[in-house]
Amino acid sequence: MRQMTGARMVVQALKDQGVEVVFGYPGGAVLPIYDEIFQQNDIKHILVRHEQGAVHMAEGYARSTGKPGVALVTSGPGATNAVTGLTDALMDSIPIIVLSGQVPTFMIGTDGFQEADTVGITRPCTKMNWLVKDTAKLAETIHQAFHVATHGRPGPVLIDIPKDVQFATAQYTPREESKISHYQPRVRGDEAAIAKLVDLMETAERPVFYTGGGVINSGVRASALLRELVAETDFPITSTLMGLGSYPASGKNWLGMLGMHGLYEANLAMHGCDVMINIGARFDDRITGRIKDFSPHSKKAHIDIDPSSINKVIRVDVGIVGDVALVLEEVLRQWRARGSKTNRAALPKWWAQITEWRAVKCLTYKNSTKVIKPQYALERLEALTKGMDRYITTEVGQHQMWAAQFLGFEDPNRWMTSGGLGTMGYGLPASIGVQIAHPDSLVINVAGEASWLMNMQEMGTAMQFRAPVKQFILNNERLGMVRQWQELLHGERYSSSWSESLPDFVKLAEAFGCKGLRIDDPADLDEAILEMLAYPGPVIFDCRVEKHENCFPMIPSGKPHNEMLLGDADTQGVIGAKGAVLV
Amino acid sequence: MNALNIKKGSSSHSAYELRDPNGDLIESHTLTAVVANESGVLARVIGLFSGRGYNIDSLTVAEVDHEGHLSRITVVTRGTPPVIAQIKAQLERLVPVYEVHDLTAEGPSVQRELALIKVTGKGEARIEALRLAEIFRANVVDSTLESFVFEMTGTPEKIDAFADLMRPLGLREIARTGVAALARGA
Repeated sequence: MRQMTGARMVVQALKDQGVEVVFGYPGGAVLPIYDEIFQQNDIKHILVRHEQGAVHMAEGYARSTGKPGVALVTSGPGATNAVTGLTDALMDSIPIIVLSGQVPTFMIGTDGFQEADTVGITRPCTKMNWLVKDTAKLAETIHQAFHVATHGRPGPVLIDIPKDVQFATAQYTPREESKISHYQPRVRGDEAAIAKLVDLMETAERPVFYTGGGVINSGVRASALLRELVAETDFPITSTLMGLGSYPASGKNWLGMLGMHGLYEANLAMHGCDVMINIGARFDDRITGRIKDFSPHSKKAHIDIDPSSINKVIRVDVGIVGDVALVLEEVLRQWRARGSKTNRAALPKWWAQITEWRAVKCLTYKNSTKVIKPQYALERLEALTKGMDRYITTEVGQHQMWAAQFLGFEDPNRWMTSGGLGTMGYGLPASIGVQIAHPDSLVINVAGEASWLMNMQEMGTAMQFRAPVKQFILNNERLGMVRQWQELLHGERYSSSWSESLPDFVKLAEAFGCKGLRIDDPADLDEAILEMLAYPGPVIFDCRVEKHENCFPMIPSGKPHNEMLLGDADTQGVIGAKGAVLV
Repeated sequence: MNALNIKKGSSSHSAYELRDPNGDLIESHTLTAVVANESGVLARVIGLFSGRGYNIDSLTVAEVDHEGHLSRITVVTRGTPPVIAQIKAQLERLVPVYEVHDLTAEGPSVQRELALIKVTGKGEARIEALRLAEIFRANVVDSTLESFVFEMTGTPEKIDAFADLMRPLGLREIARTGVAALARGA
């Protein structure tokens, strides 16, 4: 009864795991699995144009739903093309399962056609991977893989399945009968450590919450608890790029994003605080700047599900290993049981200081009536899509930082961007993955023209599967962030940082069969954005922007938070004589 | 651009923070890990060390529980105390790793290594080698008229000391297993 081929087991196991969509590309070594996919209707297959696109789509799907994403690729080049996506998911802790075909077991090691050492190549870029040599173990391995990908700190896993294992027949092991490995990471925080955190919260004069992607990964309950905690303590809160949306951008305690291109008030609050409460962030180098000057006067607490994150970069005073939602629940329980105390004498002074920092208005830029400023384009996009059921993805570079600065996120899982790996070419496929998961929502990829070209073939996928993704390209004909660094740090020698021979994006859109819009006059911007939003299919929006705009604020690498560069912000008075460079 | 006071053309700014790698005291630690005896697990452990730039001074691995499919890995590594703590945490989070102990930090432990040492020579040197072997409790496991292979077990330091003594007496080859270690007591 439960005897079946390995190929059928793959499909059956995916169904048992509740998988609805698989992003993939067929090839010789996965033909038996594709044959099974053909003969069923429960799992939808999205045919991509390149395997990197499949993995980024699975990532977009996972990040916008909280469920694991699944990609299916063939052996050899199919698997090697998946490597960038796997690494991206590893860095950003995204749960995805990649199934790869492999040459038959008896051919492994003979340099067979389309053979690659897939488990060898992907070992450093997966949380775990398996080469399944026995059909009888295939189903159990797939169930284990889902368990590993979604438990503890989430991450990508890969299962390599030789073609003869797909053809052979064996007994299917259902999910509930599968031995889920010993892998059971700790999710409940230590109560004594949490009590120490509550001590800090009760006495802090200048506290700040520093939150990250761990809050999003922990699920919507974590975001809800975080909002309760912020509301009841009235502490200020900032977030990394990965954590945007866990606390609403419209919330009154919101300081904006922190880090290299974070907001002035957020970075100065981090620098000047006396208690820092890190919730699900990892002291990334884009956050800390120069380590020895990082928040020098604070006691630090760190909540993370991954014990190796604690004390990895920054020594902390209180380390709490656990899942954010469960830990925050316990924090709230203890803190409330002890009378919900905060240092009410000191907090107003701290807020007064923050209000001063906010008055700098660090995102100020010089607008123009002649040329579209990228910041202005995003401000208009924000204004015209506010309150809509909206998901945003991005590519990587200046546009990504401006999107993080100028778009407001009210809820978790609405913002998909490649943070840790910084993968140009992420946003377009990710937007398709998001749209497949949320067919009726507005999905916009905020892109730069250079990043966007890296995976533009996926417009074919968007067309074929009627994913009406909006590609909002801030086209400065430059590799903007590279150009900015060259200007500031390499003597204005712009080595290979401009985009020459760009395609005509409107004609490109027409070639794919979708809508193209080109806009270069600020006066026409609103109308064009509305036209983009009204169009029922995919749109490539070529927004010609100022070519030499730099992204500010900026903390140069290796500098502490209080040595931040501002652009056109009003630094007079508030900052004092040192002028624009803040000390 | 009024906001900038970075010198144009300055090359002293890196995209990453550059830190002095010699700031802290380096210690040697012996770590022991019980891992699932599956293909690829050793590669994952070694990949962790090479990928994150940790040292391996010696590494031993063998199955220790046939029914439970468990192996024990003993690794001697060097690093500053925070790096050693990080190595342990990184090992612990690998999916096929069951438990990790820092034997150097957790109290007294027994550490042993096995070595095979080939010494060639004639006459007085040969007799001297045999006499020293007796003092070091090394066994002769192979002998010809011109050579011995000694087998000895001990701490790495003891083996080093014996090898040093054998060098002028005709040391030809040495094979060492690396350290196997267990915590002392119950």
